[in-house]
Amino acid sequence: MFPWDLLANALVAGLLLGGVYAAVSLGVSIIFGLLDIANIAQPAFLILGAYAVYVVNTGFGVDPILAGLLFTPVFYLLGAAVYRVYYGSFERRGEEALRGLVFFFGLLFIIEVSLSIKFGVDYRLVQAGYLGKSFEIGGIGIAYRLLVPCLVGLAMTLALHLFLGRSFYGRAIMAVSQDRLALRLMGADPVHIKTVAFGIGIAAASLAGALIITITPVIPSSDRDYIGRMFAITVLGGMGSIGGTLVAAIILGVVESLMSTFFGPSWSQAVSFGILLTALAVRPSGLFGR
Amino acid sequence: MPQAARALLAGLVVVGLGIFIASLRINPYLYFAGYVILQYIVIATAWNILGGYAGYVNFGTPAFFAMGAYTAVFLIQTMRPPLPVLILAGGLVSALLGLAIGYLTLRLRGTFFSIATLALSIVLQTMIINWEFVGGSRGLSVIRPSGPPFGNYVTFLFTVMVLLAVVAVTAARFIERSWVGRGLAALRDNEEAAECMGVPTLRLKLFATTVSGFLLGVAGAPFPYYVTFVEPNSAFSLDYAVNALAMPMIGGTTSWVGPVIGAVLLGSAQQLATVTISSEMNLFIVGVVLVAFVVAAPEGILGLVRRLRGR
Amino acid sequence: MATPLLEVRGVVKRFGGFTALNNISLDVKPGERFGLIGPNGSGKTTLINCISGALAADGGRILFEGSDIGALPPHRRTRLGIVRSFQIPKPFTSMTVLENLHIPLEYAAHGRSAGAAADAGEILRAIGLEAKAHQRPAGLTQIEMRKLELARALAARPKLLISDEAMAGLSTTEVDDILAILFRLSEQGITIIMIEHIMRAVMRFSERIVVLDAGERIAEGTPDEIVRNQAVEKAYLGE
Repeated sequence: MFPWDLLANALVAGLLLGGVYAAVSLGVSIIFGLLDIANIAQPAFLILGAYAVYVVNTGFGVDPILAGLLFTPVFYLLGAAVYRVYYGSFERRGEEALRGLVFFFGLLFIIEVSLSIKFGVDYRLVQAGYLGKSFEIGGIGIAYRLLVPCLVGLAMTLALHLFLGRSFYGRAIMAVSQDRLALRLMGADPVHIKTVAFGIGIAAASLAGALIITITPVIPSSDRDYIGRMFAITVLGGMGSIGGTLVAAIILGVVESLMSTFFGPSWSQAVSFGILLTALAVRPSGLFGR
Repeated sequence: MPQAARALLAGLVVVGLGIFIASLRINPYLYFAGYVILQYIVIATAWNILGGYAGYVNFGTPAFFAMGAYTAVFLIQTMRPPLPVLILAGGLVSALLGLAIGYLTLRLRGTFFSIATLALSIVLQTMIINWEFVGGSRGLSVIRPSGPPFGNYVTFLFTVMVLLAVVAVTAARFIERSWVGRGLAALRDNEEAAECMGVPTLRLKLFATTVSGFLLGVAGAPFPYYVTFVEPNSAFSLDYAVNALAMPMIGGTTSWVGPVIGAVLLGSAQQLATVTISSEMNLFIVGVVLVAFVVAAPEGILGLVRRLRGR
Repeated sequence: MATPLLEVRGVVKRFGGFTALNNISLDVKPGERFGLIGPNGSGKTTLINCISGALAADGGRILFEGSDIGALPPHRRTRLGIVRSFQIPKPFTSMTVLENLHIPLEYAAHGRSAGAAADAGEILRAIGLEAKAHQRPAGLTQIEMRKLELARALAARPKLLISDEAMAGLSTTEVDDILAILFRLSEQGITIIMIEHIMRAVMRFSERIVVLDAGERIAEGTPDEIVRNQAVEKAYLGE
């Protein structure tokens, strides 16, 4: 008797997870996909955002997603600062390849170890009224714990898509990814635009961190779970295409969920890594790439 | 005396020194610490062949090291071959891993290679955790073989590691000074120009990833006998990832001397530090030092020395 | 008639929806001094990239000494004797000028030249860079960098040398300097394709010129014919 209900639940969970994974990957889509900066420290900022939310949630009882929103300006400034250091030390001198990568790895490492020192290795989670509740549609259980972050994630994705398409800064960011000279002629300073973009990318990561800790408890080394996912989704989605990121995220979410349900949860890393390698080998420009 | 003969003599002298030191009855802890530092000389040198010479950054050092270790564990559990076989096997498996990852990603930009190596460690660790035969997540006890050729087993392993360090450094020096090394330097400086000047860049890159992987696997193969209890968290430890980067960056990436300097300095500092501060604080400091060097002194100690001499 | 050294047959190259090269054909005879000109964005560098192997053409064939080289990676084409210099110089920054030449001597010219060390010195003397042999590229002036590009290309022992805007931004005397070098090389039997915007240089140097505009070949002929060609005038000056 084929477990249809198991399959249906896995599919729905995968779809919801996909919405969250899209939010998780927005930052990399912008920073790596559009700005062409291999910021491998992004997962660390994600988890840093999660811990920031944890502190405020445990200390003051603030709703995690609200807390995440409140922290976005802080992380935006942090991102802008990081980019300035990166630009001054590497990009300006044309040495971003080797040293830029090592710089970001150093950051990833420092953030993870700092969190480890401060919070130890216990799993941390957040409390909110709606967590733990769920409802049913046609026999499939949908937990608010998954649904709310998914909806927020989708909202983030839409917001960013509109921002890149309609606003001045958004279009400038798209321009800087294609033609720096044209941007200069437009009267905008590429460095300033990239600073804004990087800041947005980090801010997105922190808000996504709030979503993550809502879904599941985190520890400092949780960042490693997301390295594969973020880059697999960005590459598969087409390096900077927000719509592509969403589609790729949903694909990854569903495949992971199915693998997890039928073969056990330890395969999720292999899934994202497999997708990453396959995408790189077969079609590096991704599904929607330019 | 020709270059090669001099290098060989130097290597023999170092090995001889190692055996001599091993025969002294000094504090056993020094042999443990010495083993770790020598192991890092191999690791840093191996990393640098790909990172420093070719310019391709490998963040997945733990994967290659652990594959060497777990290949050894697998063989120990099945056939119990002698140590040299374990070392060769570990090296070969990691070499193949390097070749595979390289082949899949090196046709694209270096960044993709680096990202793939970052994800590689995590995936491999997950797979090992699920493989009960080599201990899974709980780990496995390994019994050292009886009767080492001399001394006790730890001093024996110490000497073996001296030999491996000499081999690794000699190989790196040989590559660096050969036409292969010059080709790698060209592709590091400007890959497009190198290709147009006749350098077979893909082949050289694959060579570098394979040799680097081999040496990392070789460093990992004696690990089970050294620790006697192998579990994924220590074999795949983040220490290896960050130290493999930090040691060559601090010492200097353009020459075989840099990783040795970095390994000895940073390795010794860490050995001293673990008795005074927590291992996490230790890692934190390494991370900060790494970032400081890459921002402020990217050519490492060798670079600083060169600048002081006015070259 | 002798076999052309290089035959480009109907080469097409697209970038997404944009066609950079639309069915381009041309022949270059052995020993010829060939000019390739056209307004910015006409596809000259794209064509060179297809010939050198840096880009794979989407259609058409490229033949060198009668054989199809389409499947060969750039380093193999260089070894066959197709050598290009770069518009923006790409020296090997960690090596001295002399060491920069050793790379093509060892890799591209391997087997086709006598002794690496002697050759490198000779080339530097011919180009006029021997005083800077032990300097790093970072310390070179603009024209010295351009000369290094040419010297490096020479060290690869080219049968066909493609000089991509080697004179851009140089003063009149410097342009004459480079031109003299290229003439000397032509006398030694090297076939040269010159891509340039500096008209007097191209007109003086080339025996035959092909003009590209927006990915199309719009004219071919001697310098005199090209100067009088209406389509060429329109392409450069507009209607």
